[in-house]
Amino acid sequence: MKAYVTVMPKNGVLDPQGKAIGHALAGLGFAGVGEVRAGKVIELELSETDPARAQAAAEDMARKLLANTVIESFRVEVR
Amino acid sequence: MKAGIILFPGTNRERDMALALHRVTGSKPAIIWHGESALPAGTDLVVLPGGFSYGDYLRCGAMAAQSPIMRAIAQFAARGGHVLGVCNGFQILIEAGLLPGALLKNASLRFLSMDCHLKVERTDTPYTSHFQPGAVFRSTMAHGDGNYFADDATLDQLEGEGRVVLRYCTPGGEVAPDANRNGSSRSIAGIVSPNRRVLGLMPHPENQVDPLIDGTDGLPMFQSIAATFATA
Repeated sequence: MKAYVTVMPKNGVLDPQGKAIGHALAGLGFAGVGEVRAGKVIELELSETDPARAQAAAEDMARKLLANTVIESFRVEVR
Repeated sequence: MKAGIILFPGTNRERDMALALHRVTGSKPAIIWHGESALPAGTDLVVLPGGFSYGDYLRCGAMAAQSPIMRAIAQFAARGGHVLGVCNGFQILIEAGLLPGALLKNASLRFLSMDCHLKVERTDTPYTSHFQPGAVFRSTMAHGDGNYFADDATLDQLEGEGRVVLRYCTPGGEVAPDANRNGSSRSIAGIVSPNRRVLGLMPHPENQVDPLIDGTDGLPMFQSIAATFATA
């Protein structure tokens, strides 16, 4: 099964990349775009077949390596 | 003294660091591959030099922080060992949890390759004892992710414990927003561990140790290191 780990900058942490994307969208004429935040998705192929155990394993990986929890939050989705 | 410089894939400033240490201490540092699981016996100082370990994949320093040698370095630091991390080395120390906070992308989003000035906030550390109190010295920055960040509680704790050793400032020594080019919280350029033996900084003092090549403004840091181990 696959686990999708979404890593996002925490609220309150400066996200200049998101800000730059927001400026670029405004420059292209897209109106009505508020705050833009940019993160990343890490897709993991897991041999685990139990969704709960896969979820727990991916969360452990996120805490230890995939996200820096000082500045980033993460969520795991198992499919 | 016996210094060991760690080489990760993508490290590129190990030779400059070795030259600076050799010039001042008179002994040649060992270059240690990151895949080693132990430090050479009798190591006094471990240096994590600048570069772009693992191509800055995931986050700067995140992959290198998981290297086998980092476990040995964490144990070395826990025993009171001296560790210096410069630029990418600072990022690795933070990712390894040896220093608090995080280093974000520069506020300007630009890679900054330029001179900077640093105010020495305390001279009672193994790395700054040869600076005059309140000294300001010129150094160089070359990084894309040097924007020091920590939550307010951590910043207050660092300040309260006197662990902010270097701040970006103007040539006249004023800690001003204009001089803080990467946008670091409270203009922080370098911090130490509670025992002051682990120092991480973004600028490159090893660039300024030779009068023929960009002057000797960074020399006092290496003289401090030499003095630390001359009396040890």
